[in-house]
Amino acid sequence: MELIILLVLPPLGSLLLALVGERDWAAEVNILVSAGTFAAGAWLTMHVIAHGPILTGNEEFFIDPFNVFLVALTSFVGFTTSLFSRTYMRIEQHHGRLNRRQLRLYHSMFQLFMFTMLLALTTNNMGILWVAMEGATLTTVLLVSLYRTPASIEAAWKYFILCGVGLAQALFGTILLYFAAEKVLGNVGTTALLWTRLNQVKGQMEPTVLSLAFVFLLVGYGTKVGLVPLHNWLPDAHAEGPTPVSAVLSGLLLNVALYAVVRCKVLVEGSVHSDLAGNLMMGFGLVSVVVASFLLWRQKDIKRMFAYSSIEHMGIATFAFGMGGPIANFAALLHMTVHSLTKSSIFFTVGHATQKAGSQAMDKIRGLITVNPTVGWGLMIGTLAILGMPPFGVFTSEFLILITAMRDHPWATPILLLALAVAFGAIFSRVQAMVFGETDLKRLPHSPTLLPVFTHLTIVLILGLYIPHYLADWYREAARIIG
Amino acid sequence: MVTPLSSQLIDLCAAVLLLLSFSMLSQRRVLTLVDLFALQGGTLFVSIVVVAWNTHQYQLFYSAALTLVLKVIFLPLILNRLIRRLGAQWETETLLNASATMLIGLLLVIFAFTLAEPISRLASTITRSTLGIALAIVMLSFLMMITRRKAVTQVIGFLAMENGLFFAATSATYGMPMVVELGVALDVLVGMVILGVFFFHIREQFDSLDLHNLESLKED
Repeated sequence: MELIILLVLPPLGSLLLALVGERDWAAEVNILVSAGTFAAGAWLTMHVIAHGPILTGNEEFFIDPFNVFLVALTSFVGFTTSLFSRTYMRIEQHHGRLNRRQLRLYHSMFQLFMFTMLLALTTNNMGILWVAMEGATLTTVLLVSLYRTPASIEAAWKYFILCGVGLAQALFGTILLYFAAEKVLGNVGTTALLWTRLNQVKGQMEPTVLSLAFVFLLVGYGTKVGLVPLHNWLPDAHAEGPTPVSAVLSGLLLNVALYAVVRCKVLVEGSVHSDLAGNLMMGFGLVSVVVASFLLWRQKDIKRMFAYSSIEHMGIATFAFGMGGPIANFAALLHMTVHSLTKSSIFFTVGHATQKAGSQAMDKIRGLITVNPTVGWGLMIGTLAILGMPPFGVFTSEFLILITAMRDHPWATPILLLALAVAFGAIFSRVQAMVFGETDLKRLPHSPTLLPVFTHLTIVLILGLYIPHYLADWYREAARIIG
Repeated sequence: MVTPLSSQLIDLCAAVLLLLSFSMLSQRRVLTLVDLFALQGGTLFVSIVVVAWNTHQYQLFYSAALTLVLKVIFLPLILNRLIRRLGAQWETETLLNASATMLIGLLLVIFAFTLAEPISRLASTITRSTLGIALAIVMLSFLMMITRRKAVTQVIGFLAMENGLFFAATSATYGMPMVVELGVALDVLVGMVILGVFFFHIREQFDSLDLHNLESLKED
């Protein structure tokens, strides 16, 4: 029931907003629909906590502790982003960067994007997972090019082509997976792509086929995670799209893509009986962390810089999933949660900062704290949190990942530490200059909604100090499923 | 049950598909490229029908019909109209080093066959020998997307890649489950519509569909 609401509300909202999206109250409708989706997500989560995994709808939908926590996170951040975007988009309209038709497109596509992500998370069918991921690309392409500037069109084109090609590899991987499954399960129509069925017979599937399939799946979905060297689209799409879109791309879409990779890894690892899948993920993860942290130094655009920081953090999570085992998986799940909350809150403050400066260039943004203390402090605290300062949650997850790396793969620890230090230096020096100092920034026509920023940061802070036991149990259960 | 004739027919279709991929790689005129793409879709349709007929996998007729409607009729039609409306029907593009591209294409085919070999050996379908060709088509389309600089040609490369994947699905497993095929088809269709909109945006902003203009976002 709650699953139906969760999956029906966003497309209905999208349809409604396609009709009335240019009205003044469209943003409020958007908030209302997102709030409803979040309520359904929370309800579903409580149901799964109380009664265990759900397999429903002719086995087409499967909710277990692993994906339900992402459903809750996705619907929550979707809701807070809709709160933020109400004032943000109003200011953009005031500045003349958007007209009503573009606003209608934005609202409608935002809901459709939420739908594709929730579908990707809840489906049990590996084929539908692919369809939903491709759908997520299609809906966001139009959002990235919303401003219709040459740069935004270039970014959207790059995004479309690179992710399209990447996902084509993932489709080939899915075909191979189906091929291997069909040999074991027989030609039984649709059931041979259901994850739960595959998970039962993973020990019998042909290892050579599955290892080849995993390479294709990792390259395909890895393109969407933003793993180096497949990351080229990510900074452009984040920098040129409207800020609420950057927030959900970075905070949610990358997570969903990583979720797809991990689901595939579980199957492949059960079949191949070697560390191939884990090692590949560790390799890609480590390269992403190192390359992204060094590229951070060369950035001049504030949104590009934080986009590279997302690549770095996704690299850390991929590396941790690659190591495997209960602690690393626990840490990776926690890292996905806190990164998503922190990074979206950073993008919220960055959005308002760029509106004040009228530019995304970092040397144009100065003295935020004098013009608008809440935006300034929000950006400062968010930056400290994302850089892994205690007592925030990112510190906890990175600490756990480093500890596990030290125990299982000691050679990787200095590399990770070096990359984290480089990233710290790059981001902190820039943000410090933007937050403090002299200023000539303007006031905004509408006062920004900063409640989401501080809600997110408070949750991240709480997760750093103390993880409630039901949440810890939940992560532990999910980590056990991933193996 | 399986006549040698039908399996020869399938092999013939596969060979034609591969040849078409190569001719797309070297074709300079945009409109001819669309025709070649339609021809590729047609060959794919024939091969799926032959497979369906001979193996009594009747659900494959649906995907054959889907291929016919979408890839032989609808997409080429849209592309044709788009190109004419953009006034790009006489456009040609200079190929960078055509002979080198062809050589790389040949190497890719060999690579695809080596990669597919262990899987083909495991397959029990009558079409297993064609899996290597399917992978080769995917890779050749990829090569085409890398070497071309026009927006329209990149899109045709993208669609040709989708054709290769469809062919892979029929040759390895007699097609994917129906829901998935429908979903994939929907994605391709929506993607095509969005790209159509994009062509106009690109031309409006840059006065041409040449992707050289789209190279300003770089690290500096």
